[in-house]
Amino acid sequence: METYAIFQCIWWLLLGVLLLGLAVMVGMDMGVGTILRYVGRNDTERRVALNIIGPHWDGNQVWFILGGGAVFAAFPLIYATAFSGFYVVMLLLLWSMIMRPLGFEYRSKLPSAGWRDMWDWALFISGLVPMIVFGAAIGNLFRGVPFHFSWNVTSTYTGSFLGLLNPFAILCGLLSLALSVFMGAVTVMNGAEGTMYERARGLSRVAAIAAVVLFAVGGFWVHGMPGYVLSSGPGAGVAQTPLQQSVSLAGGAWLANFQAHPLLWLVPLLGFAGMLLGMLAATARRSHLAWWLGALAWTGVIGTAGVALFPFLLPSSSVPAQSLTVWNASSSKLTLIWMAGFAAVFVPLIVWYTSWAFYVMRGKVKADAVVADEHAY
Amino acid sequence: MHDINVVELSRLQFALTALYHFLFVPLTLGMSFMLAAMETVYVTTGKEIYRKITQFWGKLFLINFALGVATGLTMEFEFGTNWSFYSSFVGDIFGAPLAIEGLMAFFLESTMVGLMVFGWDRLRRGQHLAVTYLVALGSNLSALWILVANSFMQDPQGAHFNPTTMRMELSSFADLIFSHDAQAKFVHTSIAGYVTAAIFVAGVSAWYLLKQRHVDLARRSFRMAVLFGVMATAGVITLGDALGFVDGQAQPTKLAAMEGLWKTEAAPMPFNLVAFPSQQKQLNHGAVQVPYALSLLVTHSLEGTVPGVDQLESDAASRVRDGIPAVQALQTLSAHPGDAQALAQFHAHERDLGYGFLVQRYAPDVGKATPAQIETAARDAIPEVAPVFWSFRAMVALGLAMLAYFVLAVIYTMRNRVERKRWFLKLAVWMIPVPFLACEAGWLVAEVGRQPWTVFGMLPTWMSASTHSVGYMVFSLVGFVSLYTAFIVIEMYLMVRAIRRGPDGHDIAAPHDTWQADRLAGYAEG
Repeated sequence: METYAIFQCIWWLLLGVLLLGLAVMVGMDMGVGTILRYVGRNDTERRVALNIIGPHWDGNQVWFILGGGAVFAAFPLIYATAFSGFYVVMLLLLWSMIMRPLGFEYRSKLPSAGWRDMWDWALFISGLVPMIVFGAAIGNLFRGVPFHFSWNVTSTYTGSFLGLLNPFAILCGLLSLALSVFMGAVTVMNGAEGTMYERARGLSRVAAIAAVVLFAVGGFWVHGMPGYVLSSGPGAGVAQTPLQQSVSLAGGAWLANFQAHPLLWLVPLLGFAGMLLGMLAATARRSHLAWWLGALAWTGVIGTAGVALFPFLLPSSSVPAQSLTVWNASSSKLTLIWMAGFAAVFVPLIVWYTSWAFYVMRGKVKADAVVADEHAY
Repeated sequence: MHDINVVELSRLQFALTALYHFLFVPLTLGMSFMLAAMETVYVTTGKEIYRKITQFWGKLFLINFALGVATGLTMEFEFGTNWSFYSSFVGDIFGAPLAIEGLMAFFLESTMVGLMVFGWDRLRRGQHLAVTYLVALGSNLSALWILVANSFMQDPQGAHFNPTTMRMELSSFADLIFSHDAQAKFVHTSIAGYVTAAIFVAGVSAWYLLKQRHVDLARRSFRMAVLFGVMATAGVITLGDALGFVDGQAQPTKLAAMEGLWKTEAAPMPFNLVAFPSQQKQLNHGAVQVPYALSLLVTHSLEGTVPGVDQLESDAASRVRDGIPAVQALQTLSAHPGDAQALAQFHAHERDLGYGFLVQRYAPDVGKATPAQIETAARDAIPEVAPVFWSFRAMVALGLAMLAYFVLAVIYTMRNRVERKRWFLKLAVWMIPVPFLACEAGWLVAEVGRQPWTVFGMLPTWMSASTHSVGYMVFSLVGFVSLYTAFIVIEMYLMVRAIRRGPDGHDIAAPHDTWQADRLAGYAEG
């Protein structure tokens, strides 16, 4: 195999790792935001919930920023085409996300109940909307998105905003929401006590069951859906534009990779196992274990989508031949090698000091301590 | 084909969101180091007052930091949403420093900020100090990588155009990060952040000294700030000069616009202190000149000379003519990859590819470009002179004013006279907006002066935007303006409130009263 092709595959895997970081770490904080008003019935309870993730949300959010930066660096055509194509959706995502730092930082700076209520709603929206949008975006990849390129690879999107809100995309959005609510609920269980703990526990079970159902329905749906097949093109490890390949559509083609390599069925199985065992662990009050099982569920779900789509990254529904793949959307060999080097050094470092930060802040968040502490959110 | 209104709206949106983001960034850059310095004094001397000082300024730091983070999200995505062609054309190079910024800097900064705020009782003193230093390191490394990315737009080093992939690609990572522009720009910009923080801390402290509140905290903070500030301001001006020198060589068109230099003149060239440039007539009205000064300033010698707009425009016209065959060759290569004749034609003219793109705005089929269209494209190669000329003068004048202010502040502080000079304390409060304005002016010089390019000499702005409709652009612009206006009102309110309440303010209480009552209480206290 060409060195270039190897690094294209490495970056496809790294993209999965970064998406996983985003889904697990940002998803858990957004889950807490989504369920904030349910697990916290009064101001003190809500502050407890916010202070559980208080020391970490900022660092966690960088997974989102890094995800954007890494797609830009490693798959510039994806960054350019997807972000401009999903324009209105991206704006909704962005606008809801930029309320989050302010929600955390400003909410408890004023004593007014109306003020705090407003920011609690902001945190709810900025937890709910982005998770649905993330999932829906992945869902749209399966259906293809209407875009095409001109001679110099200028992309034009020809679809509408509402076209992105189709039933399959909404299903994927709800799956992503369910998983984030599960992670948010077990995070609250990790840090809270008493009634808040019980509310979160109840919610985690509902979310896990919802995730199992949605993931299974999604699987059957994909089974009957037309998938994309790369019939010819310059292939892996060859510098190219998306104008040089041919692509056909075939029913059930998204499952072709699984049929070719049956071992890959373990990936979706991992997803189901994570969800079901996660629910059992939460029921058994083993919330830390449940958190790790939730992360496993995310691994299975993201892995399933990646395996099904490979080598496609962003199929075009209007001009399928111009679909973006790992081979035609990646950066040059030199850039991929340099960036892989940086990722190899810094991703482990990030995981190490993030773990240290969680270790330093370990333990339950006490209501009276939050009220007394002037640094608390 | 791009709708030129969409391009202009995209430019407006980028300018507004970047200028807005850049209101918060300099303060973060400088405050993080000042916090580290304050905490160092606390850890080494063990005096409680320095812990209080660190925590108080830390609180203000965070109010600012939150909005910096929030608006930074916008920037990370705006390239993809609004500048789609730019992103795919240079993502191979430009994306790398952005991703490295996340990996190396922003993760560190954001993770450590959490511990800095919540870790006071959980970390040993030395550990907490290390965390604060890591926040400062992270935020400054972040600036480094963002400015490496920006410098690529100003002076594209370490890259080439690959006709097989129809985009620019990295040829040398070292050339990219060690470009002279990147180095000078990083130091100039980050130190400008230190100046901003110093003026902010000195100004707020002066306000306390005027009100005779928290005098001990204010006196010590003021001293640290002016010491930090005088060194930083001297550094900003020195590095600004270096940056002007580097930029002048890489972008003679920007330099000509900064100096309002319409005609190439013989050395020694006079400097336009004040002038009213007219783009139409290509001359300055009411110029007040200082003889010899321009040669000294921009070439550091009396014999040096730099090209004026007249010469730059005729150079651009010949480069446009030379770039046309390059664009035609690319069009052939797009349909027939590997066509040897087209490839040879491309390589013979690739140096001027970007200039070929300039005329494509007027002649989509570049082979049919008329002499008039070529002349228009060559005119386009010159940025709008008046805004560049004036923002440059504003930046320099404000910089010199800050230097004078800090020199005075140091003298008064060393003689222990500051608190008796009430006029000076009042001036210190009024100085707070000055560095912010200077930073914004600096951004305008750099980015308006770079026009008509997004990547200088390679990619024109008109091609770089996404192919959206005007309606989409208006929608997003209105959204950003409304959100950002609300945010700045909230931020200013919280900042002023936190300052009024001072280091002892217990600003977190149970929500028993209304916002209105609270506001009245805040005013009564102040």
